[in-house]
Amino acid sequence: MGKSIDIVESTAVPITIENIDTDQIIPARFLKATTREGFGKNLFRDWRFENGDDQKPKKDFPLNNPVYSGKILIAGKNFGCGSSREHAAWAIKDYGFDVVVSSFFADIFKNNALNNFLLPVLVSEEFLQQLFNAVEKNPAVFIKVNLGEQFIEISDTGARASFDINSYKKACLLNGYDDIDYLISMKPEIEAYEHTHA
Amino acid sequence: MSKTLFEKIWDRHVVKTIDGGPSVFYIDRHFIHEVTSPQAFKGLQQRELPVFRPKRVVATADHNVPTINQHLPIKEELSRLQVEQLKKNCAAFGVELYGLGHPYQGIVHVIGPELGITQPGMTIVCGDSHTSTHGAFGTIAFGIGTSEVEMVLATQCLMQAKPKLMRINVEGNLNKGVYAKDIILYIISKISASGATGYAVEYAGSAIRNLSMEARMTICNMSIEMGARCGMIAPDDTTFNYIKGREFAPKADAWEKALADWKTLKSDADAVFDHELHIRAEDIEPMITYGTNPGMGTGITGHVPALNEIDERERPSFEKSLNYMGLQPGEQIKGKKVDYVFIGSCTNSRIEDLRMVASFVKGKKKADNVEVWVVPGSKQVEKQAMEEGIHQVFAEAGFMLRQPGCSACLGMNEDKIPAGKYCISTSNRNFEGRQGPGARTMLASPLMAAAAAITGKITDVRELI
Repeated sequence: MGKSIDIVESTAVPITIENIDTDQIIPARFLKATTREGFGKNLFRDWRFENGDDQKPKKDFPLNNPVYSGKILIAGKNFGCGSSREHAAWAIKDYGFDVVVSSFFADIFKNNALNNFLLPVLVSEEFLQQLFNAVEKNPAVFIKVNLGEQFIEISDTGARASFDINSYKKACLLNGYDDIDYLISMKPEIEAYEHTHA
Repeated sequence: MSKTLFEKIWDRHVVKTIDGGPSVFYIDRHFIHEVTSPQAFKGLQQRELPVFRPKRVVATADHNVPTINQHLPIKEELSRLQVEQLKKNCAAFGVELYGLGHPYQGIVHVIGPELGITQPGMTIVCGDSHTSTHGAFGTIAFGIGTSEVEMVLATQCLMQAKPKLMRINVEGNLNKGVYAKDIILYIISKISASGATGYAVEYAGSAIRNLSMEARMTICNMSIEMGARCGMIAPDDTTFNYIKGREFAPKADAWEKALADWKTLKSDADAVFDHELHIRAEDIEPMITYGTNPGMGTGITGHVPALNEIDERERPSFEKSLNYMGLQPGEQIKGKKVDYVFIGSCTNSRIEDLRMVASFVKGKKKADNVEVWVVPGSKQVEKQAMEEGIHQVFAEAGFMLRQPGCSACLGMNEDKIPAGKYCISTSNRNFEGRQGPGARTMLASPLMAAAAAITGKITDVRELI
């Protein structure tokens, strides 16, 4: 990994459904791999294909609609709820998304996304609706996500919203740092803690 | 300064706080299983790191394992490889494994408590969202992703931001036929599947205090289904009596010392929460879910909401959900035919659950139209059930008692509900496809599930007891 994120400017794929759980993002039967790669082909497997047959895409599902493409996924509120499976973040990233926008993210999913340089952008319900409307009206519209300056913008109208991100996580994403590198550098402090808290 | 239970445990485990950022947070116990650990071990190998504190890690195989013929090699190749990989990783990194065939094997959230590994005041993580179960003992316990599993294996720590705090008070006496599962399904139906996101939840009040440890685990288990970071209950005599004498519980002087400390683990009288909820136990009736997230539930005498009861913006998702379930807005759920009954999962597969079902079912027979699977949470639960003759009660009723594992809760092994079929399930998630592609899940208590098994349809258990 170790890939950084700063500015993503792209068309977007809208999935307006709310409460999308990680079982939909990647069903449990596809969690049997022992590597992190290759989950993208099973992203939204049961919503994407008839009877799980990858030769029969469901035409009405946005990922199968040729007018939609890009590095930004826009989804209804409470995205990523349910199982802690990081495979959900791996699948979204592996499919080619760098950003997920929603008006509400489940906790564990958000952490998993951040740990995989998949940027979760939290916007208001109203701005999410603006995004859905803009992409529905013109699927070729560009959405700009600027992590450094913490804003998301709809390019044709210039409508813009700022988003929050914790400054530590932001620095990690901008510079390609992992939590694990930082934690390993903390080992002397961790050992000292163990001595006093045994 | 007065503190909440959460804050007392949190403060003890902060190694360092970063300005404007999360804390380096120490983890006392780390449970791992075959599905969310292989990539973490691979990461350690790539970085040429050992497991930092192998004695703090316990492994088991549960998600993928078959629930019949466990003595035979696992038929499904990918499942077998994953279980074998766990064995190899545990051997290579010096981690204790209670794998298939071991007398302690079982669902990770069942075995931790029953072995006395889970103790008040601890911080506990696992690459599994139902780790919140362990909060029933007054611990901070939460699910993590695989990158975080790797972090804990490498350093015994995580980067954690402190969540907001919510207390849910359930006061009063439970009605006949109402159990822990109904309490938690009721709470989630009131505050929604995202109602506690960003919060650590403490459950309190007389109705909670009166619950057994196993019932408290059922409540904390489903905290994640309303988005909570964790759920917890202050330890008391019920907790201490449960732990005492278990395999890994402190013994002799260590027990007395631990007990003195555990008794301090409760929210101070004037502790402040960011949010408080008050629930009357008397308002709760046996619950059943009708939709595709655990917040879509109702009392058994209720009905599926009519369209005009749903916020306009939420209607497309609501309709999609009902369409999947084959239900109509406004429809009554009681009386709907069921095809499968699943009694199991980390929510409801402990010996009390099995005892309760057995005492209800004794002398009755399942309906012809249903298939009934009872999957014990662990080898120890299975053994206890045999010793008590519960297996015979089930055999006579036509209930199939299988071997321990996660089973049809998530259908990673062969235990899947066929497409279009209705399953009343004691598990925790009714998501689309959770129990198998196209499966239609209705969540309920073990007794509601048992009642449906006998009548072949969704039944108000109160009419049968």
